[in-house]
Amino acid sequence: MDIYFILGKLILIVIIFAISLLTAMYSTYGERKIAGFFQDRLGPDRAGPWGILQPLADGGKLFFKEEILPVNANMALFIAGPSLSMLTACMSTAIIPWGTYLDIFGTKFVLQVADVNIGLLYIFGVVSLGVYGVMIGGWASNNKYSLLGAVRAASQNISYELAMGLSVIALIMLNGSLSLAEISRNQGESLFGLSGLNWNIFYQPLGFLIFIVCAFAECNRTPFDLPECETELVGGYHTEYSSMKLGFYLFAEYINMFVSSAFMAVLYFGGYNYPGINFVEANLGHNAAVIIGLAALFAKILFFIFFFMWVRWTVPRFRYDQLMKLGWQILIPLAIFNILLTGVGIMLFDN
Amino acid sequence: MIDKVFYFLSFLAILAGLMVVFTKNPVHSVLYLILAFFAIAGHYILLNAQFLAVVHIIVYAGAIMVLFLFVIMFLNLNAETEPQKPIFYKFIGVILSGVLLTLFVGAFRKLDPIYSDLPQTDIGLIKNLGIVLFNEFTLPFEIISILLLAAMVGSILIAKKDKAVVE
Repeated sequence: MDIYFILGKLILIVIIFAISLLTAMYSTYGERKIAGFFQDRLGPDRAGPWGILQPLADGGKLFFKEEILPVNANMALFIAGPSLSMLTACMSTAIIPWGTYLDIFGTKFVLQVADVNIGLLYIFGVVSLGVYGVMIGGWASNNKYSLLGAVRAASQNISYELAMGLSVIALIMLNGSLSLAEISRNQGESLFGLSGLNWNIFYQPLGFLIFIVCAFAECNRTPFDLPECETELVGGYHTEYSSMKLGFYLFAEYINMFVSSAFMAVLYFGGYNYPGINFVEANLGHNAAVIIGLAALFAKILFFIFFFMWVRWTVPRFRYDQLMKLGWQILIPLAIFNILLTGVGIMLFDN
Repeated sequence: MIDKVFYFLSFLAILAGLMVVFTKNPVHSVLYLILAFFAIAGHYILLNAQFLAVVHIIVYAGAIMVLFLFVIMFLNLNAETEPQKPIFYKFIGVILSGVLLTLFVGAFRKLDPIYSDLPQTDIGLIKNLGIVLFNEFTLPFEIISILLLAAMVGSILIAKKDKAVVE
């Protein structure tokens, strides 16, 4: 363990952290702009040119608002709730492979914080912990609506985690590895004679469909945002929250969106691979190919973030029983069927 | 280095375990139990058993404890509404845990410390674990899966509403 290795990792961690926060910050702006576009209005346009300073203004406003602690709330847990939400949201970026490695003056600089060989399971560990922030916050508020929101969040997350796990099992069968670096590398092979196009989406369309529905539910996004359903539960689990603690809950949602978009891009849409990666590497050198790959990965992530917003302003909210029915009676059997299909496919074509 | 991490994790696990028993609020108890699970998962990682560690987190901290918390939140237990239990129960509790403690101390005192310096093995990695499970222990593995299936069917049967009563 030399000092440069640790230093390099530290720099990478800081950069990734900053990028995920920045992306989440500008997602709030993007969300409002897109909502404006969908509803035929302008969206925020006062702060700075085209309103691009709006997220800073929002953040400043949240910081300076009055901090309200309900009298009957459980203080320690009331504060722990949003903190936990934020923590778990930031944890999963550690294992996303942003590229293979950069060659800086003969030293390899790997663009992934930690290549753990249980990468996919690590994601599920973090995702399953994500619900605690909401549950603890909702309970500690000592408010019936908050509690109902928290309980809804818990049952929803547990239900959709199952289908998500099952949909990813088919992917693991296909790749024979749980490591995200390995999965990304496999997708860099050629398909239809074009290098870097061996994406898992071509083999797992059904699995991807299940995964994306579950990702929506895990992020508590519309049409599955029942924990904060304002028509039934006032504000859901964050009814009692104000100031930056509310800001943390809202911000954690956007970070979660960024992270799950990144996972969708890495697991199903080739990660940092793009069509013609070998051609670029042969003609422009390794570093250029890796940097274009990074840009490609970001383009995919931004597309999925846009998709999240697109769905939010298009599809109305589900009813709670419909949500449960979709999770348990449709998605889980479908995911098991997908595993079966993948098994048969591997047996037939992969001898 | 490893030694220090080990002692820290053990301290955390024992402290959290004690707090589970000694806190008055059941929600706090559950949260301390989750902390204890994390400390134990840390021990697994020290043994290079990454798969076990992460499955431990997913299953216990991520699923079972969420359900515990779920139920306890709905019960809304607190110090005022807690029914007074007779002192007799406390006696039984103390005696039983004393017996358990003696059992554990006796068992571990006789333990030969051959595993104190375990070589860094890769047996806990998911690949090796899978190979062992599907070669040497195929039959027990399959039997456990049938057991789980039976448990699942049983729980659905219990949870299902009785048709005759509904009508």
